[in-house]
Amino acid sequence: MNKRISKLRKQSTGIKPSISVERAQLVTEFYKSEKAQKASVPVKRALTFKYILENKQICINKGELIVGERGPAPQATPTYPEICLHSLDDLDILDTRKKIPFSSDEKTKNIFKEKIIPFWKGKTIRDKIFNELPQEWIEAYEAGVFTEFMEQRPPGHTVLGDKIYKKGFIEIIEDIRYKMKTLDFCNDPEAFNKKEELKAMEIAAEALILFAKRHSEALEKLAEEENETSEIEELRQMAAICKHVPANAPRTFREALQYYWFVHIGVITEVNPWDSFNPGRLDQHLFPFYQKEIKEGTLTKEKAKEILQSLWIKFNNHPAPPKIGITAKESNTYTDFTLINLGGVKADGSDGVNELTYLLFDVIEEMRLLQPGSMIQVSKKNPDRFIKRALKIIRTGYGQPSVFNTDAIIQELLQQGKSVEDARMGGASGCVEAGAFGREAYILTGYFNMSKVLEITLNNGLDPRTGKKIGLKTGDPSNFQLFGDLMFAFEKQMNHFINIKIRGNNIIDRIYSKNMPVPFLSLLIDDCIKNGKDYNNGGARYNTSYIQGVGLGSITDELTSLKYHVFEKKTILMDGMLAALLNNFNDYEEFRKVLINETPKYGNDDDYADDIMKQVFEIYYNAINGKPTARGGHHRINLLPTTCHVYFGSVIGAMPDGRKARLPLSEGISPVQGADRNGPTAVIKSASKIDHIRTGGTLLNQKFAPSFFDTEQGIENVMHLIRSYFKLDGHHIQFNVVTAGTLKKAKKNPEKYRDLIVRVAGYSDYFVDLTDELQDEIIRRTEHREG
Amino acid sequence: MTGTHYCNEPNLFLINMSSTGIIFNIQRFSVNDGPGIRTTVFMKGCPLGCRWCHNPESRSFGIEKISGQAVGKEYLIDELLEEIEKDRIFYDESGGGVTFSGGEPLSQPEFLKGIIKKCKNAGIHCAIDTAGYAKKEIFKELIGITDLFLYDIKLIDPVQHLKYTDVSNHEILENLDYLVKNKVKIIVRLPLIPEITAIDKNIEQIRDFLKKYKKTPEINLLPYHRIAENKYIKYGFKYMMINKKELDNAEIKHFQEIFINSGFNVNIEGN
Repeated sequence: MNKRISKLRKQSTGIKPSISVERAQLVTEFYKSEKAQKASVPVKRALTFKYILENKQICINKGELIVGERGPAPQATPTYPEICLHSLDDLDILDTRKKIPFSSDEKTKNIFKEKIIPFWKGKTIRDKIFNELPQEWIEAYEAGVFTEFMEQRPPGHTVLGDKIYKKGFIEIIEDIRYKMKTLDFCNDPEAFNKKEELKAMEIAAEALILFAKRHSEALEKLAEEENETSEIEELRQMAAICKHVPANAPRTFREALQYYWFVHIGVITEVNPWDSFNPGRLDQHLFPFYQKEIKEGTLTKEKAKEILQSLWIKFNNHPAPPKIGITAKESNTYTDFTLINLGGVKADGSDGVNELTYLLFDVIEEMRLLQPGSMIQVSKKNPDRFIKRALKIIRTGYGQPSVFNTDAIIQELLQQGKSVEDARMGGASGCVEAGAFGREAYILTGYFNMSKVLEITLNNGLDPRTGKKIGLKTGDPSNFQLFGDLMFAFEKQMNHFINIKIRGNNIIDRIYSKNMPVPFLSLLIDDCIKNGKDYNNGGARYNTSYIQGVGLGSITDELTSLKYHVFEKKTILMDGMLAALLNNFNDYEEFRKVLINETPKYGNDDDYADDIMKQVFEIYYNAINGKPTARGGHHRINLLPTTCHVYFGSVIGAMPDGRKARLPLSEGISPVQGADRNGPTAVIKSASKIDHIRTGGTLLNQKFAPSFFDTEQGIENVMHLIRSYFKLDGHHIQFNVVTAGTLKKAKKNPEKYRDLIVRVAGYSDYFVDLTDELQDEIIRRTEHREG
Repeated sequence: MTGTHYCNEPNLFLINMSSTGIIFNIQRFSVNDGPGIRTTVFMKGCPLGCRWCHNPESRSFGIEKISGQAVGKEYLIDELLEEIEKDRIFYDESGGGVTFSGGEPLSQPEFLKGIIKKCKNAGIHCAIDTAGYAKKEIFKELIGITDLFLYDIKLIDPVQHLKYTDVSNHEILENLDYLVKNKVKIIVRLPLIPEITAIDKNIEQIRDFLKKYKKTPEINLLPYHRIAENKYIKYGFKYMMINKKELDNAEIKHFQEIFINSGFNVNIEGN
């Protein structure tokens, strides 16, 4: 890392994130204006976007090669009051909380108090959602049966395709105008709505060109004030770039990256979409520019690296917008889940690994930043060298890049009805979710707590935590004669709650499409322009809503334990089991040991448990897959937790697998913490019994002591594990390489371990920023692994 | 238990001639017992009494209860094959396979031959990790079907060998000659036990012994670890190595160089 980058990196990581009132203020001002009140909803949203970009402060940090900040300064994070309104209490909590704080000064709080809160109170999307959702939804939500992604952040989770590397915004505006001209008001009843939407896209496109122009002017001005000749030269060069893109298609490597960054800022300024925004297949998109310039001698490898590193810093300058309420418990992090995809295959199906892929590895290794996250797409066509290079970064304990199976992702996307080219140019984003980049709106709608549903089934429809009846009366479990009776009741209960969730999804979908269109994001994603429809209204080529199942290991072990001990071995009667659970195993310690040590468990390649896992999978899949969404797409399943397994565990009492009340559930498709006793090949075999191809992503976490990666042979062995799992169609695997001793020290002396990054579950985070419970869980799992 | 019987041959090998095997552990994802990702099958019973033995619970033949814990399980050949087959995809991918270790696998010759034949039929790479203390006839039957022998050499001095392992090394060295003569793939494994095997004189003697072969075998050095101490405590065995210091890296390197200087290919295992 050279001096410039090292300085910028220090600046980026040294500033404490803060709340910026700028955006909230501008949005509020604009919504009060006459112009806003006259406009249609999409046009109003586009004009709001334009108003922000016209009036926000331009920030140019000294020495940076890529410009553009969402806030007035790095780490200054806006709020989105039209979607979700922070109260003064929220601001205080964010300011003072120990983990993941956002500071705000008195001035900021005052503006919130005087201007923002009075205007938006009761009018936010969040208010609309909670007003519309039925009582049964609210009850299940409060019980912790599921969570809701869209109550604070709009549909997002989107990855850009190759569009911007081929077209400038002027050309895109021409496409929009052409579409407007060809609208058929005679035969298309939607023609007027389409016109308003397209008008909005045009305004949004112009707004970004204007925003770039403001940067160009600011850079020119800085050049005039500068004395150093080399710096003047550099500023002028950047001013010229900002004049050229995004208005025109990029000609150089650097223009391509600056173009992307303006687009990125646009997307995360328009709204606060889930999982930020993502350039996706960066090595594929940039390679033609890189190759051409290297050949022509206008770019060196070193310079390319420096520009990429400058982009990395821009990502890191932008923490995820802070949340409020229940979701703060689920997933608390500065990271906003941008996941750079490396490798995989090209559109024609051939090996996609190139020279730039390896340069990007160098960037990732040197930068060691929280954001952006990175992953490798591994196809059977990719060389071993590619995997080994990634493993050498993974072994440093950074938790990145994570490892995905391209060949499985392609099959998953094909199975969902995508074209083969779109599938090949897709990948995974967020945590592990499969999507067709640049062409799909694939939205995470919420986590689903399968173990909670079993707990409600075991209590005949009651939630034992609150005593409320929130489920179906599926019968007193003491009367069940066979394990099949229990499974039948569980399935009925699962369908009941999943239907509640899906009904909610379809209401929320409509609320967003009517009230919160995103014309800027829409002009980037195919085929929103062609369809004259917003991204939030089914405009994309493909539309998917995911519901993410959490705790597959836990629910499997719980049901297995019931089958084994209550129905088959008859170690205990159902009444006895229920009494032990009710007492949280107090006075049942010996029995609990039997449940833990003498019961088949998922993760050991034991068909007794794994067959039950398969039954649970089918129940979950059948309840969700293919159900229509209000945007004209389909519901699909994912199996991933982020950190929600901690929250979900906290709402559940003791369970039949021996887990005590309130402790975390298993995460992703990993076995229950400590339940796997036959090593990684057995875990992989168990996990591969899931039909990954019918999901849109699964998450498997494996931990190794660093010594395992010390030798070339060790790296080779891990590579073979990966290749084997992927032969079995596994979707994703990630490795945490760290010793328990190190983690314990870090927990005790966080200040000394500030930059210890660990893989949590689908993403990496600073260990010291994790909650105590999560820290303990990671320590426990690591110890187990070390034996 | 069905049909298991032991014949105690005079002064020599304790042998389980049954067609079922006694296994005390099956370790999947084994990466230090031959090439690739392997499953190591630990067979119970060993005629040697090495003072530093890492698996004290594996020495006696037959299933037993030690400190309340059952050690050993009887397997039919097909049952064991089923377990081995579970990780086939990993063997195929990595060039791995199965390793029979112990105890002393050659002390259950009928079962060993049976399972190796089945594995070979199934296309699985087979290695045997042996102390070499067995009748030549047993080796004779195994060399055609075994892909690799991991062959332990501990001490060249016969008196020292008897003192520390309870048996003579006469057969062991002869059997090694026999395997080499038959061009079987061999890796010689040498446990580096401080003050016992890891002394210059012994290492040089081993080097000289191996130098006589036209094609010198690959050598693995296995530095002594104290991790076995816990097992002795857990199972209540008397541990004769208590508080023995582990070798440091410089010492290990020193022994490695003795071989390297004579043109051997030497690797250090378990690091």
